[in-house]
Amino acid sequence: MAHSARRDSPELPDFSLLKRLARDQLVYLLEQLPGKKDLFIEADLMSPLDRIANVSTLKEHEVDKLYKVEYKPITSTSDQLCFLIRPRIKTVKWICDVANADKATGKFRRYKIIFTPQKFYACEAVLEEQGIFGDVTTDEWAFYLLPLDDDIISLELPEFFRDNFLAGDQRWVRTAGSALHLLHSLYGPFSKVYGIGRCSKMAYESWREQVAEGEQRTRQAEIGRVFLIDRDVDFVTPLCSQVVYEGLVDDIFRIKCGCVEFGPDVTSDKSVKVMLNSQDKVFNEIRNEHFSNVFGFLSQKARNLQTAYDKRRGMDIKQMKTFVSEELKGLKQEHRLLSLHIGASESIMKKKTKQDFQELLKTEHSLLEGFEIRECISFIEEHINRQVSMIQSLRLLCLLSITENGLMPKDYRSLKAQYLQSYGVDHLLTFANLRHLGLLVEQQPGETLTVMESKVGKLVNDKTAGKLTDAFSSLARKSNFRALSRRLNLVPKSGEEYDLRVPRDMAYIFSGAYVPLSCKLIEQVLERDGWTGLEEVTKLLNGNEFAVTGSNGADSKAKNDAQRIILVMFLGGCTFSEISALRFLGREKGYKFIVVATAITNSSRLLESLLDNHV
Amino acid sequence: MAFITANWNPLGEAFYRKTELYEMCWNLRDGLRDCLVAAAPYGGPIALLREPHRRSPSSRPQLEIYSASGVSITSFPWKSGPVVQLGWTVSDELLCIQEDGSVLIYDVFGSFKRHFSMGQEVVQSQVLEAKVFHSPYGTGVAIVTGSSRFTLATNIDDLKLRRLPEVPGLRGRPSCWVVLTQDRQTKVLLSTGPELYILDNTSCTAVCPPGFGPQAGSIVHMSVSFSYKYLALFTDTGHVWTGSSHLQDKLSEVDTKKSTPPKQMVWCRRPKSQQPSVVLMWDRLLMVAGVCNDTIQFPMEDQCVLVGELDGVRIISSTNQELLQEVPLVCQDIFKIASMAPGALLLEAHREYEKSSQKADEYLREIKEQSMLGEAVRQCVEAAGHEYDTNTQKSLLRAASFGKCFLTDFSPDPFVSTCRELRVLNAVRESDVGLPLTYTQFKQMTLQVLIDRLVYRQFYPLAIEICRYLKIPDYQGVSRVLKHWASCKVQQKDLSDEAIARAVCVKVGDSPGVSYSHIAAKAYECGRTELAIKLLDFEARSGEQVPLLLKMKRSQLALSKAVESGDTDLVYTVVTYLKNEMNRGDFFMTLRNQPVALSLYRQFCKLQEQETLKDLYNQDDDHQELANYYVTASYREKRLDSRLSLLQSAVDEYNKAKNEFSAKATEDEMRLLRFQRKLDDEKGAGLLGLSLQATMEALLALGLHKQAEQLYRDFRVPDKRYWWLKLKSLAEKEEWEELEKFSKSKKSPIGYLAFVEVCMKCNNKYEAKKYVSKVTPEQKVKAHLAISDLEGAADVAIEHKNESEMAAVLSRCSASDRSLIDRLNRARASVAKK
Repeated sequence: MAHSARRDSPELPDFSLLKRLARDQLVYLLEQLPGKKDLFIEADLMSPLDRIANVSTLKEHEVDKLYKVEYKPITSTSDQLCFLIRPRIKTVKWICDVANADKATGKFRRYKIIFTPQKFYACEAVLEEQGIFGDVTTDEWAFYLLPLDDDIISLELPEFFRDNFLAGDQRWVRTAGSALHLLHSLYGPFSKVYGIGRCSKMAYESWREQVAEGEQRTRQAEIGRVFLIDRDVDFVTPLCSQVVYEGLVDDIFRIKCGCVEFGPDVTSDKSVKVMLNSQDKVFNEIRNEHFSNVFGFLSQKARNLQTAYDKRRGMDIKQMKTFVSEELKGLKQEHRLLSLHIGASESIMKKKTKQDFQELLKTEHSLLEGFEIRECISFIEEHINRQVSMIQSLRLLCLLSITENGLMPKDYRSLKAQYLQSYGVDHLLTFANLRHLGLLVEQQPGETLTVMESKVGKLVNDKTAGKLTDAFSSLARKSNFRALSRRLNLVPKSGEEYDLRVPRDMAYIFSGAYVPLSCKLIEQVLERDGWTGLEEVTKLLNGNEFAVTGSNGADSKAKNDAQRIILVMFLGGCTFSEISALRFLGREKGYKFIVVATAITNSSRLLESLLDNHV
Repeated sequence: MAFITANWNPLGEAFYRKTELYEMCWNLRDGLRDCLVAAAPYGGPIALLREPHRRSPSSRPQLEIYSASGVSITSFPWKSGPVVQLGWTVSDELLCIQEDGSVLIYDVFGSFKRHFSMGQEVVQSQVLEAKVFHSPYGTGVAIVTGSSRFTLATNIDDLKLRRLPEVPGLRGRPSCWVVLTQDRQTKVLLSTGPELYILDNTSCTAVCPPGFGPQAGSIVHMSVSFSYKYLALFTDTGHVWTGSSHLQDKLSEVDTKKSTPPKQMVWCRRPKSQQPSVVLMWDRLLMVAGVCNDTIQFPMEDQCVLVGELDGVRIISSTNQELLQEVPLVCQDIFKIASMAPGALLLEAHREYEKSSQKADEYLREIKEQSMLGEAVRQCVEAAGHEYDTNTQKSLLRAASFGKCFLTDFSPDPFVSTCRELRVLNAVRESDVGLPLTYTQFKQMTLQVLIDRLVYRQFYPLAIEICRYLKIPDYQGVSRVLKHWASCKVQQKDLSDEAIARAVCVKVGDSPGVSYSHIAAKAYECGRTELAIKLLDFEARSGEQVPLLLKMKRSQLALSKAVESGDTDLVYTVVTYLKNEMNRGDFFMTLRNQPVALSLYRQFCKLQEQETLKDLYNQDDDHQELANYYVTASYREKRLDSRLSLLQSAVDEYNKAKNEFSAKATEDEMRLLRFQRKLDDEKGAGLLGLSLQATMEALLALGLHKQAEQLYRDFRVPDKRYWWLKLKSLAEKEEWEELEKFSKSKKSPIGYLAFVEVCMKCNNKYEAKKYVSKVTPEQKVKAHLAISDLEGAADVAIEHKNESEMAAVLSRCSASDRSLIDRLNRARASVAKK
């Protein structure tokens, strides 16, 4: 890696403990149902479960056969069925159907439902309604946190985003609070908690409540500070195309639970599943790099590898022996990984270096800067008309709306009409959702002034613009991106060369065109130890910010390493680009960031969760 | 001090002493005559029922309850049936066993708790005698009925009546009987005169105590010890037989030379004592009969009641109360005249030391020579615990403290804890509290229970002081007391809601472990709903408030509290409750004011009750959502006409919502569906459900150009879209002639570079070339590059004198294009010069 870490960077806490705790509890729960049993696992729990307990562990505890929940009648012949599911009504209903079908045929079985991470009253209500409440036993597997890497922990709850922000269903807030509580009791006590967003505030309060109920233990804190942030504080960042290697891999191949499946186009053989984390030495060095650097790095690496292999020549038997026993295995491993990542990069190159992608990026950057908006709109129009990609078009529309604080009524109508022609009228519902979230909205007649203001702002000096912004920020839900961008200096001045090999700020993750708002907020708040001086910004973000000193406020002053270990919790998901940006920030400032996300997200996942055309 | 042994009476090797506990505070006119008296062990309260057999309604018997020191707690006329027996439960509740077999339970303040019956048949046969007994299972009641049958209840809190088998030959009441708890079984031991029987669940067995000769006569009184280990039998010849209650061993047989049976006979022993003895009471005489065949006799002036305790016997008379007990061994050692025990010497040494006499040193030396100082301190500390007189306690503790100074590594813990505990004991022994506990009883009873008793008797300040003094963790100590205090406080009827709420809040504050919702529940139980609500406001955890609010039917408030708590399960509980309680209209109105609850319910309805969802939107006049609902519903519908009618509803709603755009889009969709259906019917095109774009694509693919054209016009498809579509479609089908015709139909709105690129995509360079010439000058280079015509591209770029275009061409050149590269570079240089 080009830039070296600051030498005094603190060590990260060991999160494998979380896995052990989860495994032990699962084993305990399985043993609660003695004897052979078949285990039904919810589809999206398969991968997380795989990280916690492998098949042989399950078999050791008398799990006979494993099935995926498929909402179909079951074929299992076991007289004990165990269901490991998320607390979803749909799944519970299916279990009711299974049980009722057994009843109808006079078959007697024992049923046990293990909800993870917790059960909801609504699920039990369904059991009761369907008349099988007495026939099943229920349990909770408090598997809140899955460590995906040394510094990434995921709640693996993608539905958090839609439920909480779109449907206003706050049932996951408590889950987030419990997850925080678990981290606090294992790695706390936290001495300072910052946050922004309504959901963050509620999660914080839920956590405080749980702390108050439980007993207090004083121990050496491993994590000193916590930052909570709602996804809806910053929608711009996840909507941008990712160009850092890890993010790009996620955008193109979709990383699932820390694991990616490379198809034949990468391996030129059959598909392989690869774990992407810091254990992969090659990956670890390129994951945070701008894609333009990756190839150079990989070829350098390949040359180094060759030299290492070449050492063999001219060795005597003894040297050869040590070489084989000590180095060869590592080299082989590295070789394999290297060829995989080279394959992946080539595949990415093929897809991304085409003219379209360059133009796409150019449009995105123009949108972020607020220049040549007309051209951008025609680009988007063409994008829709040529049916390039349903999600991509939607993404550009949203990006346009957020950065421009809504679309002009004429554009809003015509773009929507064209989109509906391309992808069907059922997307009316999708648009309703996007409007609800403020992702794709029409400018209200009064608000056109804001556009004026933003244009004026470029001409007049910043002070007057600031005053104007104040006057308008009281208006309804809108993104205020332009004002925020100016205040926080999110978009570096264009025209300057940006050397992506030697990044000078977090903007490098978007080719130097944009510093992610979320990460910038974190940087600013940590720097100021609170929100003082950021009043204007929080006003533009609809407030709900907080900064609370923990009970042991006294020793927060103490200069221990824990103060420089900062847990950032993204409620509603977080992108790999943001993680890369935080890693960069950590290296610059001597922090270590731990990212806790309700799920890893990207533009496609974000928008797919808002589609309503699935029937 | 010197006379400490003055009230010691020797009996065999042991000594017995009678200590005065209290001058009774009560003022009983007729003494204890004609009274049913029950005094609870462990210094518990005393219940008195005067003239229990009086039955005339004009003069009812009076039931009085006193503390052990005779302070009146309550008194009220007995209005229920005639009482056979009074007794106290382990938790200081009064049991009144009536003739008809019903048992009434009162608390110590005389308020009625509940009642139960000892069986239906008793109503007929009447209770002759009853006994209340304590066992590890709790408090039990045993009765013998007029039909000479025994009924047992081992634990009145978990009432299971057991009717014991018949006793052969028994008519009327047995001459005497006791209840035994042995080997986890409760039995009755009874005597019919000469015979002795053990009556258990299944059988009645005649038994004979060992060494109980026929000459001894028939048994007229019997008694078991506190621990059920020992049994004493009194015969009509005046003999007292003592032995184990298993009837395996005999301890002694003493001739009391009394022919009348005693009024009471009670065991008097302390745990681990080797010398159990029995206390017998006649009208004017109290006699202690020991194993050694010896007796002590005390004359008595007044009517008394004996209360058996763990380590002695309390003697309650109308004027005072005394404790008769065997002097503890350690006290004997210290205070026995001329004792040379280390403790005695230490006490002496300290006494001399206080007199500033050098003898102190001699005594100390003597102890130290035997290296018994540690033992001496231990003895003094232990003896202090057993002494009732505070001065004696002090001198013993001072001596111990003095001795401790000469010891290294001697744990101070026993000394410190004894000091603390004695302070507590002395406080509760005070006459106005009236709990005459001995140290042994206190240890047996535990501090926890002592605090409970104080709380139960409403000595809240004292209980709190004790908790604080003994540094009991708040959870078990102060908070618990406060909780009880508050629960009691809310029942005070003479205070206003406001005053009580304030008082509770001031005292309880935010003590850990005190739940305001618990206190509020108590207030609600007493019918003070307003107070309960006030108290709930103090509850920090809003989740705790909800169940009670629901119970009090404050559902609106419950809902807002549930929402506040952030616990969606709780919100959902309330919502379900409301749904069942309210009519639909009110229910929806309630939800409308609570957006969080509303969205939660909507989520549920989306999955479970689609129809309700519609009603919800209808109620709110939310036309936009209603329209969306219809659109969603239309996609679930298979049949076209119902689908169309749903969409029509959607259109209507969109119009109502003034969302013209969506209305128009939906109408278009309906039009499209009809069109698709028509074509499907005519041509079997399989179009239904496709988007407009996909429909046109499909039509073009099928060669139905006219129909595609029709859609293009009808739906006002933008020219660009249509051109792109047609271009791609024709190219894919390789209809090149058609494509050329199309390109000439009018000026292309998407330009001609698109034509070049699409042709190249279909690998037809020949066709692509045709369109290069038509491309606009700005895109010419690109077009040439697209068909890999580097020369052409270079020509155009040089002609344009455009540096970036030249660079673009250069980047495509390979090493073999030497001349071209040179040409470009030259051109570039010349451009740069200018």
